[in-house]
Amino acid sequence: MNKKRLIPLIFLIGSNAAMANAVNDMFEEYKQSGVSTYSEQSGKALWNKEFKNKKTGKPQSCASCHGSNLKQAGKHVRTGKPIEPMAPSVNSTRYTDVKKIKKWFKRNCKWTIGRECSAQEQADILTYLVKQ
Amino acid sequence: MKTIITSISILTLLFTTALVVGDDDRYKKEKHDEKSFFSRLFEKDLDVAPVKNTVYKEECGSCHFAYQPGLLPARSWKKIMGNLENHFDENAELDKEVQTELTNYLVANAADHANYKRSRRIMRSLSKGSTPLRVTETPYFIRKHDEIPSRLVKDNPELGSFSKCAACHGNAEKGSYDEDDVRIPGVGKWDD
Repeated sequence: MNKKRLIPLIFLIGSNAAMANAVNDMFEEYKQSGVSTYSEQSGKALWNKEFKNKKTGKPQSCASCHGSNLKQAGKHVRTGKPIEPMAPSVNSTRYTDVKKIKKWFKRNCKWTIGRECSAQEQADILTYLVKQ
Repeated sequence: MKTIITSISILTLLFTTALVVGDDDRYKKEKHDEKSFFSRLFEKDLDVAPVKNTVYKEECGSCHFAYQPGLLPARSWKKIMGNLENHFDENAELDKEVQTELTNYLVANAADHANYKRSRRIMRSLSKGSTPLRVTETPYFIRKHDEIPSRLVKDNPELGSFSKCAACHGNAEKGSYDEDDVRIPGVGKWDD
């Protein structure tokens, strides 16, 4: 293997280590909450599932702000503020901090779905997200 | 004789060097003071104090423009931060710890505690009993934007609202809202 190929490989391993730690911690918690299986497909379906906004009645989903192509940047549906891509393959800072993962699940599930996401739902979504 | 001349030359050289070095030090110090004086002066020239709190930038600025604390009075920030579960119909909940930290930051740097041009003007425009929850509700803001027809902002498909300060004010993040820097998306330079 030549050197040019080796350098990005080291980078990839380096960035994945931080993510692996945080994601492992999350799945350990989900397991303790009784989650035994999780699926990328269910995660993807929930990501794109539309819920009615309580006030406006308009349909909304995770994709309303983040988009469906997670390798691309999203845009906050109300403020227009750009949101960095969710896919760890293009944004290595994603899913590297347990506190952050929990904060955003809490905030964004409450807004999008109108309640907090269950451990099962979070496990499915996280499985889908980390594979992007 | 030769030794004396050499000694004198060396001494003179040392003395001169000492003088030059000493001078240089003094010069540097003065220059340094001058620089910080001007940068202080420049900061006071800004419209509002720029945001320096990284937690605020991260927690609040992820979803919307990180409005400078000096754009609203302390009483407004307290009210906003006390109802983050319903933050303009969105959930913006924070850890108790972070919420307290940010409330303290906002209150300490609020318009009524800041000696910046726009902060003072915003404060002056408010009636005592009012607690605006949006910068766009303050009489000063309304007066400064009332000549802009709605097709340029509210009905502008690229904008839709006055809340996106940085969309038109190119230096808003630095705390500068100079009219000369205004570029309206899809319209261009604004000149009234």
